[in-house]
Formats: sequence, structure tokens, C-alpha cells
Amino acid sequence: MRLERKDLLGLRDISREEIQLILDTALPMKDIILRDIKKAPTLRGKALATVFYENSTRTRTSFEIAGKYLSADTVNLQVTSSSVQKGESLRDTIKTIEMMGFDVIAMRHSMSGTPQYVARNTNMRVINAGDGANEHPTQALLDMFTILEHKKTLDDLKVAIVGDILHSRVARSNIYGLSKYGCEVRVVGPSTLIPPEIERLGVKTYYNLDQAFKGVDVINVLRIQRERQQSALFPSLDEYADLYMVSSDRLQSAKDDVLVLHPGPMNRGIEVSSELADSSSMLVNEQVTNGVAVRMAILFLMMGGSRGEVAN
Amino acid sequence: MELRDKKLLMDDVAINRAITRIAHEIIERNKGVDNLALIGIRRRGGPLAQRLAKRIEEIEGVKVPVGILDITLYRDDLTTLAEQPLVHRTEVFFDVNDKVIVLVDDVIYTGRTIRAAMDAIIDLGRPARIQLAVLIDRGHRELPIKADFVGKNVPTSRSESILVLLNEIDGCERVVIQEKTT
Repeated sequence: MRLERKDLLGLRDISREEIQLILDTALPMKDIILRDIKKAPTLRGKALATVFYENSTRTRTSFEIAGKYLSADTVNLQVTSSSVQKGESLRDTIKTIEMMGFDVIAMRHSMSGTPQYVARNTNMRVINAGDGANEHPTQALLDMFTILEHKKTLDDLKVAIVGDILHSRVARSNIYGLSKYGCEVRVVGPSTLIPPEIERLGVKTYYNLDQAFKGVDVINVLRIQRERQQSALFPSLDEYADLYMVSSDRLQSAKDDVLVLHPGPMNRGIEVSSELADSSSMLVNEQVTNGVAVRMAILFLMMGGSRGEVAN
Repeated sequence: MELRDKKLLMDDVAINRAITRIAHEIIERNKGVDNLALIGIRRRGGPLAQRLAKRIEEIEGVKVPVGILDITLYRDDLTTLAEQPLVHRTEVFFDVNDKVIVLVDDVIYTGRTIRAAMDAIIDLGRPARIQLAVLIDRGHRELPIKADFVGKNVPTSRSESILVLLNEIDGCERVVIQEKTT
């Protein structure tokens, strides 16, 4: 069984069976990360390029090390400091990468839809590592893997996503993915950061943390992206923290064994309190390890075999 | 293309006897079971390793550690398979360093599975020695690999296929040789 698609662009158009295959494959991959010898030869001879048109350390590093653990050759292309400054078009840059023989690229771009455009114009496989406010499928998959490890199931859970839903590709990918398991997804934050159309994705909208957290199994706290807050969608960071900072005493209405996720990096004292950040409910560090495992699974499922060949 | 049963090679009694004999041979060859561990290759090597461990315990009164190895990530034919196999966990929860490891599988054929398994074990550590026990050796090796303990040697042609059925996985117990019909 393998992913019957050339690219991984989002969770909106992927089946529950494909998601489950990725999550099931991530488990043995995690074992490799925890071993003394963190290496398996399965992607020997394959090449992965990380092409990030937007700053990122953790996701890019996670993709690179995932490839290396499986013996792929991985290269980080410094596109923002080179190709873009020299005025090369996106399409020409991608063609250049393709002609060097890369098999797969993990791509991030501030403009929604860019990886989709690139995928249509290259023979390389494309993994979306975040496009604008659209999707960040590998983040949602690692969130789901983390939840699955703790809750043993993803079916019918109640999940609250807190913060800047408007700009969040993490929120959208989580909504698409969790909905396929029948989860009740709630979004909560200031009304200026919650687009009204979001309810069309089947989520419930809340503006008050205590109401939103009632009976939830999982809380996913989004980072307040200060770099995207130029248009003053809330009065101040202090006021945001007063109303929406998640801390242990705000978890009273949630289930006793509630899990708290955060995609990182955390702004302590803004979207999450420092004491909760250091508590055992906060899984941010586990998510980092799981992110590598999930990306290993995706790379293996996308590259560990040629498509469409007949069995001998 | 279909396969039809050509001949019954072993029934449950014969399989049981072979396992008993291999258990004795393992103990004899290693002059006891100190430092010994069994690792079965997923899938049917797993239950065979468990059975060998049980038999060794009955003979020597010592529990030897048993693990299960998943070799999917070490195969050399992934790019040519139409159906990508599922990756499962490797369940070796003991330290393989300086141990005598007996690899266990149901059938040895080209030897490529064993090559992959040895690479997988060496990524877990550095055993003192690796030995190989198989229920059936059907010949046609493509690599210089030889089993140390063999339940039954079966000369086959490449158009034939060996089917091992075990209670733990298949709900019945026998080894049959099958022939391709076109």
C-alpha cells in the first residue's frame, strides 16, 4: 500500500485511509529516531530539497533530518537570499532544481496555492511545508499522531483550536484532518481573528475560552504570529493575553486528561502561560520528535518505490 | 496466474519435530544458551522464534530473549514492487551488543531477506555472532548466505512456491509446495 498521489499538498483532498497509513508508518519511524544508530537505508539514492520562501528553522530542519535518517540526500536551498534577489522566477528556480535530479521538494511559501502551482509544473514530488494561510499538512499530521499516541484513537474527540485562526494554515489542516475522524473541532479567539466563513468547514466558533474548553480532549494553542499582526486586529498583546492566554487554571472545564499542543515556537506569557508550557499536559517537545517521524513516514511512502509498476 | 497445491511437505507433527531438533542443535552448537537471543523475521519468523524459545526453555530451563524484526526499510527491491509493503515496528527490546543472535525465518530462497535482516540487526548494535535458522531451505541462492539450522531441505524449481502456514497467523499448520498454473 502506498500514497496514490504524486504530491502531498494538503489534508483537504486526502482520504482518511491515506492519513491512517501515514500515521501507522510514523510509529516504526519514531523507533528509529530513538535508537542509537538513527539510520535506515531505504531512501538511498533519493534526493530531497527543502525550498523555503519564508523563514523557518524547525520545519526545514525536521524535513532535512527526516530525509537523512532514511539515507536520502537532503539539501537546503537558500532561495530567499539568492534566486529571489537575483530576480529569478519561481518556475525557473523549480526547473533548475528539477534538472539537478531531485526527487522531491518540501516547499514553503507565503502565498497560498504556490506549492499547488509548482506541483502542476514539475515532475518532482512536492510536499507542502506551509502555504500562506491555506494548509500545513505535515504539522496537522504530527499533531494527529501526537494525539493518537496519547488517546489511542482519533475518533470523535473534542478539539479546541485557540488563537489566530484567520492567518493559520495549521488550524485549517487540523480542521480538515480531524474532521475525517468525526472529531468535533472548535475554534476560539477574538472575533477579529476568526473568519466567519470558517464555520463552513464544519467547526463551531467560540469567543470565550471557558465555553470553548468545556469537555474538550485536546487544546491546540496557535502561536500569535507577531509578524502578521501589522493591521492591529487586537488592541495589544497584553489584552490578548488577559483574555486568551491558555494557562492551567483555564483548563478547569476541559477533560481531566486534556492534552495541550502547540506548533512552536511558543510565546510564553502571550498565547500560553509559562507554567503550562512547562507542565506535563504540554506536548510541544514530543511534537517536535513526532514531526520528524511523520515526515520520515511521508518521505518513505512517497519515494520508497516507483509508481505503477507491475509485480514480478 | 494462479497457484495450486502440488505436494504436502510437512504436517503439524513434522513441523513440531523439526523445531524440537533445531532447538537441540542451537543448544549443542552454542554449548548452552548463555548470551543467546532469538530474532524472528516478520511475519512467520516471529512465531517460529517464539516456539524455538519455548522448546529451548523446556530443554535447558532458561528463558532466552525473543525479538521480532521488520526488514521493510532494508529491502533492495522496494523500487520494483508494485505494492509497497507496510512498515511495521521492530520489536527487539534487549541489547543485541555482544549477544549470539539466531535469526529465524520460515523459508530461505534467494538470501536477500537474510541480507536485509543482517543489516537491520547491525543497525541495532554489534552482536558477537549471527546464526540462521530456517524451517525450509528451497535453494536458488543469489547471495553467499547459508543457513546454520535447517528444518527441511527442499529442492524446488523457480516456478514453484513454498507456502508455510502456522497456527498463530494462519489458523492451520502445514508446509506445501505450490505450482504456478497459467
